Amino acid sequence: MNDVEEAVAAAFREEWGQVVATLIRVTGDWDLAEECAQDAFAQALDRWRRDGVPRRPGAWLTTTARNRALDVLRREAVGAAKLREVAVLARDDGPYDPDDEDDSGVTDDRLRLIFTCCHPALPMEARVALTLRTLAGLTTPEIARAFLVPEATMAQRVVRAKRKIRNAGIPYRVPPAHLLPERTTGVLGVVYLLFNEGYAATSGADLVRTNLCAEAIRLARVLARLMPDEPEALGLLALLLLHDARRGTRVDAAGELVTLEDQDRTAWDRAAIDEGAALLETALRRGRPGPYQIQAAIAACHTTAATSEETDWADIAALYGELRRFVPSAVVELNRAVAVGMAEGPETGLALLAELEKAGDLAEYHLLPATRADLLRRMGRTAEAAEAYARALELVENDAERRFLEKRLAECRSV
Amino acid sequence: MKYVMFICTPVGGAELSPEEIAEHPDFTSYIDEVRSSGVVKGGARLRPSTDATTVRVQGDEVLLSDGPFVESKEYVAGFDIIEVADLDEAIALASKHPAALGGGSVEVRPVWE
Repeated sequence: MNDVEEAVAAAFREEWGQVVATLIRVTGDWDLAEECAQDAFAQALDRWRRDGVPRRPGAWLTTTARNRALDVLRREAVGAAKLREVAVLARDDGPYDPDDEDDSGVTDDRLRLIFTCCHPALPMEARVALTLRTLAGLTTPEIARAFLVPEATMAQRVVRAKRKIRNAGIPYRVPPAHLLPERTTGVLGVVYLLFNEGYAATSGADLVRTNLCAEAIRLARVLARLMPDEPEALGLLALLLLHDARRGTRVDAAGELVTLEDQDRTAWDRAAIDEGAALLETALRRGRPGPYQIQAAIAACHTTAATSEETDWADIAALYGELRRFVPSAVVELNRAVAVGMAEGPETGLALLAELEKAGDLAEYHLLPATRADLLRRMGRTAEAAEAYARALELVENDAERRFLEKRLAECRSV
Repeated sequence: MKYVMFICTPVGGAELSPEEIAEHPDFTSYIDEVRSSGVVKGGARLRPSTDATTVRVQGDEVLLSDGPFVESKEYVAGFDIIEVADLDEAIALASKHPAALGGGSVEVRPVWE
């Protein structure tokens, strides 16, 4: 790739969402906005080669895309009233000024876009697809591959979501104050889900899916920057960075799962851990804790312990207790049982598990018997552990996890 | 934008007449708040779904059946036509409706214009 191609590729990563977001506001037409944004990036390849890379590529691209939109609308002989509207809206943004570093109007557009893409009246899968398409600039085939669905299905999903936004009158704006907390939770939830899709790769392994982690972190960065007063946005970014720092060590060269205990801590991404820990501290200073901040604090307990033995499990158990207040779920309770088992001994952990087993919420969740098996193994009750591993194997779906459980089962049986 | 709110209530629940609704405190507070804002352009309370007749035509034959076409746990007990700025405003109205608060639901549908 030559310099100009690289500059355009970088601008695409950084500016795509912004250009599309502004164009949607100006034209009110999602498809036209995407087309014109694509066209502007194509033009950039030619023009930047000839004239050099502009000082503010984003502003250049937005202006170019907007002019293109005006051309298209003129050619389609859109009513004069609409054209005037677009022209006026265009002028409202002010002329292109290369020295103007504060582009708050533009950033507002991206926030508008993400709140619209993540509107709760859209189905969850459409929110995710739309966010990746319009804000992150992934192509429909890329999104389809990442979510393991046929391209036609994904295209249909995106089309239907755009249609609903238009026909149902979903507003293109940042929600008013009384709706903001609830809607913000929804937006953060979409980004978190995106990350988990890439991180867990629930069926099979695929590089496209791990790219979802990078996209989620990029979106979380945008949100943290656009909503600096929202500690949960910072908390989410911190959480994703702290998880992602360990990503490379979760699977060994042969593709086998490596537990947290056995991961090579020297291979963890120090820069990501430091950044995540610092963000978490900033968020916690606001004094408004929430589920993402607490989960980030738990992740920080793990990533900042020099060795597995030095992990502060009592702290982690307390944090899960805190998390339970915000997210009363059986999975949180299961994680708390693991932490308590590590802090106070496997017997206490098993007692907590027994309660969960009685409640029955996690009857089909492989990590319930897998956790039981691990606690029994640590106590040397290998026959019972083997039984629990066998049960976990009946429920597990992910290949790497399956092989890990099989290995543990074999170890228990050979004792 | 214009929306129709379909007021759905559980089958077998209380059947309030329009007169009873007019005097029911849950509804009067809603009606006072919503109707006074001028967004409601029309609507009606409907008789229960047991009073419905479903009409279909097959060839030359008019087929009638008693009750609603689809049996379900909820039925449309009434509807309101509203005119508001966007879906968020429609949702805000729907979420205050006594049916939504009292175990039923409100389906918000944009009018095809």
